[in-house]
Amino acid sequence: MSQPEKAYSISVENLTKKFDDFVAVDKITFNVKKGEIFGFLGANGAGKTTAMRMLIGVLEPTSGKGEVAGFDIFKNSRKLKKHIGYMSQKFSLYDDLTAKENMRFFGGIYGLTNKEIRNRTKELLTHFGMEHIEKERVSSLPLGWKQKLAFCTALMHKPDVVFLDEPTSGVDPSIRRQFWEMIYETAEGGVTVLVTTHNMDEAEYCHRISMMVAGKMITVDTPQNLKDKYKLETMGEVFLHLARGYEKEHAITAS
Amino acid sequence: MTPISAENIVMNYGKVKALDAVSLKVEKGELFGLIGPDGAGKTSLIKILGTLLLANSGTAEIEGMDVVKQYQNIRRQIGYMPGKFSLYQDLTVEENLNFYASIFGTTLEENYDLIKDIYKQIEPFKKRRAGKLSGGMKQKLALSCALIHKPKVLFLDEPTRGVDPVSRQDLWDMLQSLKKDNITILVSTAYMEEALLCDRISLMDHGKILATNSPDGLIANFEKPLYAIRSGNSFKVIKKLKDYEHANSVYPFGDWVHYTDKRDTIDPLEIKSYLENNDTTNVEIKQIKASVEDCYMSLTSKNQNYEPA
Repeated sequence: MSQPEKAYSISVENLTKKFDDFVAVDKITFNVKKGEIFGFLGANGAGKTTAMRMLIGVLEPTSGKGEVAGFDIFKNSRKLKKHIGYMSQKFSLYDDLTAKENMRFFGGIYGLTNKEIRNRTKELLTHFGMEHIEKERVSSLPLGWKQKLAFCTALMHKPDVVFLDEPTSGVDPSIRRQFWEMIYETAEGGVTVLVTTHNMDEAEYCHRISMMVAGKMITVDTPQNLKDKYKLETMGEVFLHLARGYEKEHAITAS
Repeated sequence: MTPISAENIVMNYGKVKALDAVSLKVEKGELFGLIGPDGAGKTSLIKILGTLLLANSGTAEIEGMDVVKQYQNIRRQIGYMPGKFSLYQDLTVEENLNFYASIFGTTLEENYDLIKDIYKQIEPFKKRRAGKLSGGMKQKLALSCALIHKPKVLFLDEPTRGVDPVSRQDLWDMLQSLKKDNITILVSTAYMEEALLCDRISLMDHGKILATNSPDGLIANFEKPLYAIRSGNSFKVIKKLKDYEHANSVYPFGDWVHYTDKRDTIDPLEIKSYLENNDTTNVEIKQIKASVEDCYMSLTSKNQNYEPA
């Protein structure tokens, strides 16, 4: 099922989604390289979730172009899903199953053979130092460990791109950092990561970030370039500057 | 009279100790933060203090009234904003406010001054249904409703959870502005940096309070010299520092890595040359003041590795 090497894992041009008259995502254009950690930032209601839902092939765009892991998001959304992993904001594993059983279950859904499931489970749990939780019921794990496990299940079928929707919200600060080390290692292995977060120090961990305001993507750049450009110290300040500046300029009232 | 006091509160859910002998005192007019991740016990504590949950043991008083025996009196004097938006989605902004006002035997007009700064931001949308508001506006409405009866004590359970940085700052500005009305505020959050916006804080983890102090006091208590280190590749810096035999703690913070050493005194140049000898280039190192998050991780460093029961 290998695809010809493409320069970009995600490539989007003028992607738009309208709900009746409301333009939720307004002609966004960006590319993400293979192995890149791409931060998807924006205010609540700016259109991040809608954009992500189109990229993972569960919401049909109104217009524009988009390719993820080499598949057209209009024509090939079914095939596309086999090549991406997705971890939702809401914890989505089975509480009554053990860590290993959850991985087995999701491996099965992706059509892995028993042998593949066994090997991949062992590989992931060992690699991330989580072997000791394999027999634990998910319900007994602290949130941070549940999230680490959810990340492993999203990687079961060796996806080319993983989408992480606010994976660390409410997670203990040191476990949150372990989670980011997992992201780094995964990206170093050539997997492309698109991640949303409201935690601005995490925005600094991304290779590049994009910022959405009111359906539009107003900037795509490295954290360092953005801080230099606006002469600000942190990404938190950059976020406030961009979000407030855009609102002022375009006189957006709450909608 | 102490607005909020709790002594040795214990709360168990089956085998899980949600609160393990927690004691707390909040002074009049304080903006007090409960800081900790999910599962620390913040919500249980707020619910017990707000008379919505009975503790297994321990005592608590709000404005001198016992949370068990005098819960009815307490409820008239407190405002509570739960973590989940719990207003009536099918009622308009104005209808929600009037509803809450009438429950407490008051009117919007009577206490308009108190909520004016917050309410005027959503007043243009007063005919809109609550369910149709944006996240930030819902919050402003929920806060207005929690304040409509002029409570002496206000409880807010993770008001900034899942909220973007702009709306988060708006909310904290609103809370700071309530201080002039001398309302005592207890607010919980998992965002460590928000601790700096409180007068005093308690750091919580696994049902225990690890420390209670002012943010400055807490930071002053950070024991070890703390260094911030960076090069072009922070992942590499983290890996190399973790392999360093003298490393005590290594945590990424934005594009810097925060480092403490096992030894009492160190020469930062030694760390720099260690990194440079391990093919890390352009290493910058500087001594810095700890953040609340550094303090939190230092206090919880023992239980980072989950041990199955």
